Amino acid sequence: MRDVAIVSFARTRAHAGVRETEAQLLFPVVAGAIEQSGIPRKEIGFTCSGSADYLAGASFAFVGNLEATGAWPPISESHVEMDGAWALYEAWVRLQHGDVDSALVYSSGICTRGDMREVLCLQNDPYYLMPLWADHVSLAALQARALLDTGTVTEADLAEVAARSRRAAPGNPDAQVSGDVTAASMAAEPYVVSPLRTGDCAPLADAAAAVVLVAGDRAREVCERPAWIRGIDHRIEPHYPGLRDLTTSESTRLAARHAGAGDAPVEVAEVTAAFSHEELILREALELGDTVEVNPSGGALAGHAVMVSGLVRIGEAFRQIHDHGRRRTLGHATSGPCLQQNLVCVLEGDG
Amino acid sequence: MAERCAVVGVGQTHHTKVRDDVSLAGLLREAGHRALEDAEMSWRDIDAVVIGTAPDSFEGVMMPELYLADALGAAGKPILRVHTAGSVGGSTAVVASHLVQSGVRERVLTLAFEKQSEGDTTWALGGGRSGGVGAGGYFAPHIRAYISRSKAPEYVGWMVAVKDRRNALKNPYAHLKLPDIDLEMVRDSPMVWEPVRRLESCPASDGACAMVLTDEAGGDAASKPPAWVHGTAVRSELGQFPGRDPVNPRGGRDCAADVYRQAGITNPIEDVDVVECYVPFSWYEPMWMENLGFAGPGEGWRLTEDGETEIGGTLPVNPSGGVLSSNPIGASGMLRFAEAAMQVRGTAGEHQVDGVRTAVGHAYGGAAQYFAMWVLRDTKP
Repeated sequence: MRDVAIVSFARTRAHAGVRETEAQLLFPVVAGAIEQSGIPRKEIGFTCSGSADYLAGASFAFVGNLEATGAWPPISESHVEMDGAWALYEAWVRLQHGDVDSALVYSSGICTRGDMREVLCLQNDPYYLMPLWADHVSLAALQARALLDTGTVTEADLAEVAARSRRAAPGNPDAQVSGDVTAASMAAEPYVVSPLRTGDCAPLADAAAAVVLVAGDRAREVCERPAWIRGIDHRIEPHYPGLRDLTTSESTRLAARHAGAGDAPVEVAEVTAAFSHEELILREALELGDTVEVNPSGGALAGHAVMVSGLVRIGEAFRQIHDHGRRRTLGHATSGPCLQQNLVCVLEGDG
Repeated sequence: MAERCAVVGVGQTHHTKVRDDVSLAGLLREAGHRALEDAEMSWRDIDAVVIGTAPDSFEGVMMPELYLADALGAAGKPILRVHTAGSVGGSTAVVASHLVQSGVRERVLTLAFEKQSEGDTTWALGGGRSGGVGAGGYFAPHIRAYISRSKAPEYVGWMVAVKDRRNALKNPYAHLKLPDIDLEMVRDSPMVWEPVRRLESCPASDGACAMVLTDEAGGDAASKPPAWVHGTAVRSELGQFPGRDPVNPRGGRDCAADVYRQAGITNPIEDVDVVECYVPFSWYEPMWMENLGFAGPGEGWRLTEDGETEIGGTLPVNPSGGVLSSNPIGASGMLRFAEAAMQVRGTAGEHQVDGVRTAVGHAYGGAAQYFAMWVLRDTKP
């Protein structure tokens, strides 16, 4: 595979109730990522984005986001109706061809204008599951319950994840919630859907993010410390929660193996856990030992932007290499109810 | 480029107004199964799936790859879902070909679909609650501008409608079958969006299309002749701003120039044997003939008028019957790409054009602002 690196990352703050359009959220992050990359906009060979029409409540909503790229003259461009992490995957594949050396990846979502517990029901099988209006929080609670029932995890462990995410977030100005909270205070909060309490459920946010990828030596020319994509892979599992072992994440395990996550230890992992118990499942599936720092940004639990969170995690994993001098980090994205689909991206700095 | 890419299997459903005998998953499986059968493969042989469809609101299923994962044999595998408006069927095939050409995957199943009967696509195409004119209302002024610029006689649009519907009679999968169609019938059909008459418009269809793409080893091993990918290109441009020409969009011209350069095509009308292009309203045939470089500006309609775009003409266009005869929107672009593959492989049956060595597949979408193309040949690049 051709060496491809992330050389820049820009994101908006995770924030509920933005007044802007998705395109308006994207303008500064697209401009920011391009400027930071040192690659002139006209030289960018491929552009790929991720978003979902259903967040905007309008068909073809992503078309308006093209404004933020200034697509004139016409650009070579694609869009996935998926989290931006999958747009990054498509761009990475595109850069393997060798005819273009750089790509812009962006992602946006304004989810707080709708009711996600209603909207995300539409992700379920339209014939058998959707009519039950089994919302994503209830499905997550089923998964959490299954995990608790194994006896290896307690509600106190969930509260610990919730508290740690919020305690990590003050160092991250982009996070939505943060604070010096304790596991005890998290455990005292009311249930949203048992066994998930307020702190176990990520606050939903509106956000946009952008990344620039550059291949080969050009990445070193434009970036002092690029984060090389050492491996990237994604896998999906059966849709029906009843057909899966909800206490683990086989697709994460597979993606991690194919991305070579276990080839060498990672120092930091940024995982998309929108619920506390998901982090515990992901830690196990990714085989993250106690020495691995998980979600120093606060993770999705400190602000979860639907369709953007996965790309943000990869961006935060990039920052750990680029800004904080780490050697090897991991970014994870997920899609669908109960961690149905997962993507793992392993990044490395030089030296 | 790390790898060559071959189309070794093509499948599609019988496109029709309402497929209430199958679920969404059943519809896709039908196309997927036929493509796999054509490739002499099973679901198990596939190592990645790429699906495409137009807006999720058309069927009311958000991010349908999640629900479809089981039915498409994707559990444990990677699945991507592409959405680039009307061009999506084409862009989806392009993404699938890139997975192979990059060397990342060896055998990719790609599918595109629309089950228009599940929802109200006319409403959704008009912007849903925000209200709008819909596709025909949007494109009609561009068509009027084309006619005014080119001074094309009005019967050219009728001719395209007749030709594509007659081609559809030869295609067992086509939706609209109008055995008696002639110029008078088109002329006398109701005016829908001036100057587009009802029979100059595409139908609303349920349908799916699928292709199996492999690396060079897969193409070599195929028992039926493969179609080799010689070029792929996509282009997007802003939909509205002063200075843009929506009648002959630069994105389409750039896309064609890019894909021709990759395939070594210098004189398109000479070098290409057949074109399947996205013609949802009759006038888009002459418009795209110019946009894709098969005719000079203002001259595209002459190819139609002279019968050159018929099967047996210099450049047969849409021998399948095209979008005018079958329009499962999300699949419509892939059907163009798939028909190009069938023509190159010599598997198009009654609508086979003689001696095809080089075929072009084309799709467009949005406000005529998204473009996807590929060039296929019967020989390796």
